[in-house]
Amino acid sequence: MMTTQTQSPNTAATESGLASRAVQITLAGLLGLFIVGGVGFSGIPVLHNAAHDYRHSTGFPCH
Amino acid sequence: MAIFRALVFAAALSGLLAGLLMTGLQHAATTPLILKAETYEEAAPAPASHDHGSHDHGTAGQSVAAPHDHADAWAPSDGAERLLYTALANVVGAAGFALLLLAVSEVAGGLAGWRDGLAWGVAAFAAVTLAPSLSLPPELPAMPAADLFARQAWWIGTAVATAAGIALLVYKRSLPLAALAVGLIVLPHLIGAPQPDSHDSPVPAGLAHGFVVAVVVTSFVFWAVLGALAGLLRQRFTRSAA
Repeated sequence: MMTTQTQSPNTAATESGLASRAVQITLAGLLGLFIVGGVGFSGIPVLHNAAHDYRHSTGFPCH
Repeated sequence: MAIFRALVFAAALSGLLAGLLMTGLQHAATTPLILKAETYEEAAPAPASHDHGSHDHGTAGQSVAAPHDHADAWAPSDGAERLLYTALANVVGAAGFALLLLAVSEVAGGLAGWRDGLAWGVAAFAAVTLAPSLSLPPELPAMPAADLFARQAWWIGTAVATAAGIALLVYKRSLPLAALAVGLIVLPHLIGAPQPDSHDSPVPAGLAHGFVVAVVVTSFVFWAVLGALAGLLRQRFTRSAA
């Protein structure tokens, strides 16, 4: 969903303000994805163990 | 980078508050059930080791190791330390989800206050908690489960398909797109979540059901609060940045 949105203003780069807005929103979304991935999906044992009860309590697939 | 900064600040603050609230809710509703299930997990290997000598070594070892094969790595000790790390995971996870919610909603013009945020939060609850839980109910430790990677892939696919379906239903007005939206929401359940070979579980069915209810209800409150806070703070921060 995000990628389709960000590409159209970028290719039509006539309005740099709009492109900058799209870049910032994409960056924010990617940072959010990175954080959720680290807390909820990481296979690193230490991260898994630290977030164990959180993963179970939020319905993330755990071990 | 004014928009990026406003979104990150709004996400961090709403994540902190909603994450701490969620930690309290979990401490009361879900964590006691996890601890109870772990007593079954610890009890489960006992019968296997009992007739260890008479059985094939490989299978016996596998059945013992299967529930928790990551026990060698560091883990917080039970009690305050474990609660602290759960709180940390809740706050960080909530900030991440808030950031995702804020970024996706910017595409539709941005959250214009707490009521807007509440509606988006409830939609996110449907995509992230409700839909995956229908075919892949939240699991307690010691419960049988299919391959982890397959479940994670199904979970992500279901959340994304449901979110896309809801967005189409809300923002598009054409009948074919509405039909596509309904299809997207149903499809993951037609495909079906990865299931374990056997559903035989040492955890009593009543405990497992109680856990599903506790997860869904606490998550609903969490998403409503996170969404409302994100909407409120996004409105404040973008106004002050402008």
